[in-house]
Amino acid sequence: MNLKLKIWRQKNSTAKGKIVDYEVNEISSDMSFLEMLDVLNADLTEKGKEPVSFDHDCREGICGSCSLQINGRPHGPDGAITTCQLHMRKFKDGDSIVIEPFRAKAFPIVKDLIIDRSAFDRVQHAGAFVSVNTSGNTQDANATPINKVDADYAFDAASCIGCGACVAACKNASAMLFVSAKVSQYALLPQGQVEREKRVTDMVSQMDEEGFGACTNTGACEIECPKGISITNIARMNREFIGSNLK
Amino acid sequence: MTLGENFPAKTPEGPIEDKWTSYKNKIDLVNPANKRLIDIIVVGTGLAGASAAASLAELGYNVKAFCFQDSPRRAHSIAAQGGINASKNYMGDGDSDYRLFYDTVKGGDYRAREENVYRLAEVSGNIIDQCVAQGVPFARDYGGLLDNRSFGGVLVSRTFYAKGQTGQQLLLGAYSAMNRQIARGKIKMYNRHEMMDLVLVEGKARGIIAKNLITGDLERHSAHAVVIASGGYGNVFYLSTNAMGSNVSAAWKIHKKGAWFANPCFTQIHPTCIPVSGDHQSKLTLMSESLRNDGRIWVPAKEEDAKAIRSGKLKPTEIAESDRDYFLERRYPAFGNLVPRDVASRAAKERCDAGFGVNATGEAVYLDFASAMTRYGKEKALVTHQDASNEALVLELGKEIIATKYGNLFQMYEKIVDQNPYETPMMIYPAVHYTMGGVWVDYDLMTTIPGCYAIGEANFSEHGANRLGASALMQGLADGYFVLPYTIGNYLAKDIRTGTIPVDTPEFAAAEKSVQKQLELFINNKGSKPVDYFHKKLGKVMWDKVGMSRNGRDLKNAVKDIQAIRDEFYKEVKVPGDLNGFNEELAKAGRVADFLELGELFAKDALNREESCGGHFREEYQTPEGEAKRDKAFQYVAAWEHSGAPKDAKLHKEMLDYKYIEVKERSYK
Amino acid sequence: MSFLLSSIGKKVTMSLSAFFLISFLLLHVAINFLSVVSGDMYNEASHFMGTNPIIQFIMQPILIFGVLFHFTMGFVLEYQNKNARPVGYVMKNDKRSSSWLSRNMIFSGLVIFAFLGLHFYDFWVPEMQYKYIEFKPPNEHRYFSELVHKFEDPIRVGFYTLSFILLMMHLLHGFQSAFQSLGVNNKFTPTIKKTAWAFSVVVPMTFVFIALFHFIKH
Repeated sequence: MNLKLKIWRQKNSTAKGKIVDYEVNEISSDMSFLEMLDVLNADLTEKGKEPVSFDHDCREGICGSCSLQINGRPHGPDGAITTCQLHMRKFKDGDSIVIEPFRAKAFPIVKDLIIDRSAFDRVQHAGAFVSVNTSGNTQDANATPINKVDADYAFDAASCIGCGACVAACKNASAMLFVSAKVSQYALLPQGQVEREKRVTDMVSQMDEEGFGACTNTGACEIECPKGISITNIARMNREFIGSNLK
Repeated sequence: MTLGENFPAKTPEGPIEDKWTSYKNKIDLVNPANKRLIDIIVVGTGLAGASAAASLAELGYNVKAFCFQDSPRRAHSIAAQGGINASKNYMGDGDSDYRLFYDTVKGGDYRAREENVYRLAEVSGNIIDQCVAQGVPFARDYGGLLDNRSFGGVLVSRTFYAKGQTGQQLLLGAYSAMNRQIARGKIKMYNRHEMMDLVLVEGKARGIIAKNLITGDLERHSAHAVVIASGGYGNVFYLSTNAMGSNVSAAWKIHKKGAWFANPCFTQIHPTCIPVSGDHQSKLTLMSESLRNDGRIWVPAKEEDAKAIRSGKLKPTEIAESDRDYFLERRYPAFGNLVPRDVASRAAKERCDAGFGVNATGEAVYLDFASAMTRYGKEKALVTHQDASNEALVLELGKEIIATKYGNLFQMYEKIVDQNPYETPMMIYPAVHYTMGGVWVDYDLMTTIPGCYAIGEANFSEHGANRLGASALMQGLADGYFVLPYTIGNYLAKDIRTGTIPVDTPEFAAAEKSVQKQLELFINNKGSKPVDYFHKKLGKVMWDKVGMSRNGRDLKNAVKDIQAIRDEFYKEVKVPGDLNGFNEELAKAGRVADFLELGELFAKDALNREESCGGHFREEYQTPEGEAKRDKAFQYVAAWEHSGAPKDAKLHKEMLDYKYIEVKERSYK
Repeated sequence: MSFLLSSIGKKVTMSLSAFFLISFLLLHVAINFLSVVSGDMYNEASHFMGTNPIIQFIMQPILIFGVLFHFTMGFVLEYQNKNARPVGYVMKNDKRSSSWLSRNMIFSGLVIFAFLGLHFYDFWVPEMQYKYIEFKPPNEHRYFSELVHKFEDPIRVGFYTLSFILLMMHLLHGFQSAFQSLGVNNKFTPTIKKTAWAFSVVVPMTFVFIALFHFIKH
């Protein structure tokens, strides 16, 4: 199939960006979206032009590197996947595709479609851990049984890949789904109890400092989340936060 | 057990069960106040790198960690699916440290160092304790205790898992440990930085030249020791299950500075990957080995059926049970579908080469869950007091169980292949997955360069000629959490008075200059072809001639082919953009340049090893039944010393001696 | 204080003030409905509300504060949230992921606030003038006739109806969302959502019914 692409090009973080039109031809429907961009880039390179920069690494939907707002939706038109898992069979010959970076004040553009998501890292530095040293002398793994339901919920929250689609989808560029997934994972496990209150306070405060918006419960984040993380986590974080502030 | 006179493996004396303990009791320690005066560089933040960085920082060292990704959490360990082994014996099925040790050595076809493997088995239980303490959400049963499943090549259930995302959960655990140290200022994190070269001062590793991938600036970083945790080199095949950015460069740079490279030809071809669909393919996707717990592998027993399937005239579900060839169950009745990876891969290739392959390309076999669904469905129907003779109900219940076990994998398959694996069997084919070979290290995990360590997949380590499933995560974390933090003290104890290593020295300047020169060479080259063109070409030679089955003639040709591609690369490569700013093509050019050298050494090593063992299969050396034929004369680690060019690399042999395991024919029949 | 300045703290105060206003709405609709049943009962209740000192001097200021707070905070949040994405998307496609209602609370809120202005002008200002400026003697029979009089103008009734439709839209997202903000999302959530939905439709529509009832009848 042949496609028209409208891609955001921006030289660096300070330059002014704009949408540039491209065409790609003879795209196979079995290609992934990023492989289609590879075709474009090979073509641009051979013509002596600079290829389009985009983040990608594992190309199997788990590292969370790839982003892209495709035709107005994070990770494109298909549900519950990342951009690297999006296949061209979701498009038709002659389609026009708008490709933009995820946009948020807290995610400045590095180049073209690449954004800087280090705000997520800093939120995690603030408290997304259990303070336990590597000693080899921690208690036996089976010493504290954990209710399967809680363990499964904790896992679901922990399956977040940190791609930022929640922020991209949110009309407020809020990071609540991401932060709440981390808060929930630890809040649900016995290991996370000791630092529970400090964790949520510190992480929310860092989240606010990074310039993310507030949550207005539109629910767009959970629809666009490639890992299907639920906004019940946001409710849990609200509870945790209120609780820790009431003490 | 020595490797040349200069570089003994330094394995401790005494009975194997006591070696690690007595070693730890005797090594030099660095006192806490002095640790603050010592800097350590860790390159790579996968399981090994992240766990090492966190543990070293906890001990009090100043750690600088580097990764080329935008966050340590994205290192490719995150993609490991199936699980992590540990000899906890929670299932009560007779597991023990010795049994894990035995399985790993046997699984590696007797090409691993006994002492290292035993130590690995010994600390495996601690890893699980540590991860649980960090809040890693492993799968649990209804009693709230940890669940286990079984993996290929073993007869016990010792694999801990978190659905199909075990690597992700373990990496996030190690990353969380890093976060704590980053917050404390004990780890200085350098994201989007690539190590370009190692800097030696008076023969010791004292720093690196790193490139800031966003600005393009070259930076000098000094330290008292450098730890390479940069993963494997499977991408030398271009198509592999590795991430797009996975590369050999850090390991190769230290090789060129004096670290010996061991067993480069030992590569794991994983049997259950999604088959290639066309020339556009940029990477391959693994379907976890855990699927072989419940999936049965087969091809049509009749060649005409296989042909009809390939041309689309017949569907797999239309083939009668009696017309299917469950070739692993047929050839290896004891282990069946759970034979080790090398065995399963070769068996699949054998069937496809014989003309029984499915898929349009003829390079795929089926992985079928129908009988598992029926089995689980019946059980569920009985437990819930429903009609177990109602086939539709049983199938429905079975599907639900399979979905809870492998739901995310099935979904991943459907997205890529556009077929529903609950309705029709999956198609799978072997693909490059892991490299057992790597930088040679001694018992301390130190390379032949003093102060330079290699951990995780980057070293040649514990897996011999074939790695068992769920052992990579175990080794990465063992090295990072429990081995390196001890052994490195033994070296650094001598460095407490050294003080900060200055970077404004001729050594750093020279290293930076040579890096700069190579980058300029790429940018100024007047070629016409993009970097990927050469990478794909190299990959094809590697897969066709140095792949799953190798022979002397092809290997000799491969060496020549790779040299020719390398020459063409330097003449014809075109790297757009400029030196400054983000330039992915430039980064790729550097990585492919290193793959083009490693590929040749790889083929040379395969040519040298005139036997078949583990993942290395030489057609000239096989039993009449087509199984791998080992040769006692090759019971050694082949460690290559760089001397100018890959063709001139010098071979050093570390002879392997098995005192605690009887070397037997590795049979899974 | 840091709690109130945090993003979650602001949401919590938003939802608490929302619950307060919702409870007021319920009271208001109940009294108004009396006007449909019987003019005397309506007069009696209105007189009580209009003369009881607790309601006049404690509840009324709290209510006014609640309205102003909810509106101001809504505006502050909207401003901050807009700032979180200074450069917008060239192409937006959020129909699939969220409802129009949830994305446009600020607009439904603004219209409701404009309506409140009118409402104050219509009822509250004359009431204040009557009671506290002109010091007219209490007349417990005037309320019903005043109400009927207001609903004679079709334009006013039209705007009144439109405002309550927007209030319904505001509530449809806002009511159930207030629970989420307070951290309530559990097995009762489906029931809460249904109840909130019913409330959000029934209460504003009752207001509209009352207006139309008097408009048509008188």
